[in-house]
Amino acid sequence: MNKIIEKKQLSEEVFLMRIKAPLIAEERKPGQFIILQVSDDGERIPLTIADADSSAGTITLIFQTVGKSTHLLAHMQPGDNLPHLLGPLGKPTHIENVGTVVCVGGGIGVAPLHPIAKAMKLAGNKVITIIGARSRNLIIMENEMRAIADELIICTDDGSYGRKCLVTEPLKETCQRADKPNLVVAIGPPIMMKFCAETTRPFGTKTLVSLNTIMIDGTGMCGGCRVTVGGKTNFVCVDGPEFDGHLVDFDNMIKRLGSYRRYEEKAHHACHLHLGLNQPGEKKTL
Amino acid sequence: MKNSETAILNELLPKKDQLKPKERMAIPPQEMPLQDPKERSHNFNEVALGYNAEQARIEALRCLKCPKAPCVNGCPVRINIPAFVEKIADGDFQGAINIIKQNSLLPAVCGRVCPQEVQCQEPCTLGKALKNTEHAVSIGRLERFVADTERLHGITPSPVKPDTGKKVAVVGSGPAGIVVAADLRRHGHAVTIFEAFHKPGGVMVYGIPEFRLPKAIVQAEIDTLKGMGVEIQTDFLVGRTRNLMNLMTKDGFDAVFLGIGAGLPKFMDIEGENLLGVFSANEYLTRTNLMKAYDSEKSDTPIISSRKVAVLGGGNVAMDSARTALRLGAQEVHLVYRRTEKEMPARAEEVQNAREEGIIFHFLENALKIIGDSEGHVTSMECLRYELGEPDESGRRRPVPIKGSEFIMETDTVIVAIGNESNPLIKKTSPQIETNKWGNIIVNEKGQTSVKGIYAGGDIVSGAATVIQAMGQGRLAAQSIHEYLTAKNQ
Repeated sequence: MNKIIEKKQLSEEVFLMRIKAPLIAEERKPGQFIILQVSDDGERIPLTIADADSSAGTITLIFQTVGKSTHLLAHMQPGDNLPHLLGPLGKPTHIENVGTVVCVGGGIGVAPLHPIAKAMKLAGNKVITIIGARSRNLIIMENEMRAIADELIICTDDGSYGRKCLVTEPLKETCQRADKPNLVVAIGPPIMMKFCAETTRPFGTKTLVSLNTIMIDGTGMCGGCRVTVGGKTNFVCVDGPEFDGHLVDFDNMIKRLGSYRRYEEKAHHACHLHLGLNQPGEKKTL
Repeated sequence: MKNSETAILNELLPKKDQLKPKERMAIPPQEMPLQDPKERSHNFNEVALGYNAEQARIEALRCLKCPKAPCVNGCPVRINIPAFVEKIADGDFQGAINIIKQNSLLPAVCGRVCPQEVQCQEPCTLGKALKNTEHAVSIGRLERFVADTERLHGITPSPVKPDTGKKVAVVGSGPAGIVVAADLRRHGHAVTIFEAFHKPGGVMVYGIPEFRLPKAIVQAEIDTLKGMGVEIQTDFLVGRTRNLMNLMTKDGFDAVFLGIGAGLPKFMDIEGENLLGVFSANEYLTRTNLMKAYDSEKSDTPIISSRKVAVLGGGNVAMDSARTALRLGAQEVHLVYRRTEKEMPARAEEVQNAREEGIIFHFLENALKIIGDSEGHVTSMECLRYELGEPDESGRRRPVPIKGSEFIMETDTVIVAIGNESNPLIKKTSPQIETNKWGNIIVNEKGQTSVKGIYAGGDIVSGAATVIQAMGQGRLAAQSIHEYLTAKNQ
């Protein structure tokens, strides 16, 4: 059950895992996520599905080690079984030919963006992809994205690769072009999605964002994942994870994400001591 | 204590069959031994400790054996109550549990969480004769006693008939699903339960707290099901992992039972409800019960540590949330309800337990908005006072706001416990299943939905109700499914 088939370290803190999950591989669509647990009493972690192969019956997850549970996950090896894996959850992305789609991925957000970009391309759209990270060694899935995109723009905060800027800069430029995009899909850290939405707002370009909030069951039962969208409370797990970025109350969402920061830091610290890992450096990416 | 009980019992037993009603009425009602409130408000161990054998037999001897037995009609699953009570009086505890199990599958659970005071015990002739329903025969406590006694000796699973070759999918492993699974398995059908969570048991595991229903009891019931050959597939969300219709068209199930519960928490729809420190009762209880956040040594799921908690609502879930908050270390827990104690849907026993533990009740008050600091953390609530007006459609007197009575209540955590709506997943992914305007699945008198072969029961049909009502509906649906499968064979 849920056997780990392959594990790759993509960067210092980012891992790829291919997991045997035939039913999820068969049913999942771009934009959907899973919830996994590394032990019976372990935390339930939501992760977006990066890719799936229904003939091989596998799904691909890409995750960053941010807390105790993701560290424990990163320590699992091919051949190990994940004790619990539930999915696919959430509403799939609405894929249609709208013309030009700009796909913006920040840090690990490139992973869930990939299947959406792929589906958008297959639907006949022109796909412009912008991927950004703090520095070169944190850029993931460049080749996969290059294979799909009509145009690929890479930016890093430190200028170690591609342009030295935030993703919002090339995003603004694409919006200013004569053939301005019909749709923007932005997935990454909440602050990046917030500023992508702010960038496109003056141009009136519809901007989808994929939210990854605190969640327990992932089926609509707990309401822990709620966000304010257009003044109304929505549940990310059943109404999302994708929403109109121009309507999302990002400030409230970012605060809610910090609800357990104190506990996470404690657990993260304890985990590093326990696993004998190095203390983490600054992890936030834009 | 035990000596005096033994003495009473020794005095009663020789004349047990000749006891006159007056003598039975004079037998002292047996109190449920409880953990001391001061102690229990700091631990998650069960509050009620259960009768000993002497107490159970004394209590059973109080039954007047009245010919009409109105208690049986008060029971949603029509347990033969006088018969099992008499077996207890005789000291035949296995005989007693065997009688209960002809009608009920989860006696250890129902003995604990059924609202007996409004069901079997309410019409009890003894309570009427003593002019106090609280002095009715404590049927629930007796049920619990014999169920616990049986579990200590190991539950014997019900015999299973030879395989019929039919396959049934049961969606949801709460009370309704468990009953359907057991009943159909007994008839020899192959049964698979699909559960979205990583542990089976539904509301009995994620909702009802350990101190009211120890999880080991639920686990024992699940183990019994497995012993009968019921398969349980956890981490499986019907509607997402597999479409409901595919279970029948692709996976070869001959019938499906939907016992998916009431799944979507209601909020107040007031300002500030998405601040940090505001929880649905579902989230607060699930973190604590299912994810075991109260045991931070073992669990990786955190729970906020609170100083002053406000719980909004007046049902059993509100009581569970308030008492959980206290056990998690809150200094003060306030329960805010917009009607009076009389209208509260919570069980009187739980209200009393909560009060003894130090929960502070605020009646005829309600939150207007939740106020936070610059970081987004809850700091207080603005509340309004109410008075009771004319009865509303529920028959309860409607709370009417008192103008200008606004006041501020300081709090750092708000738990919203005002009920659930139906989870829309099945409706969205299988529109063939007809639902009413509240999203509840519509079933006929046999428990069948608008789709042939698909049945439903429990909270997804009736809206939020009790464990025993869910069981009753499960029982009915199981009988219908069995008839359907049998007819299909011919």
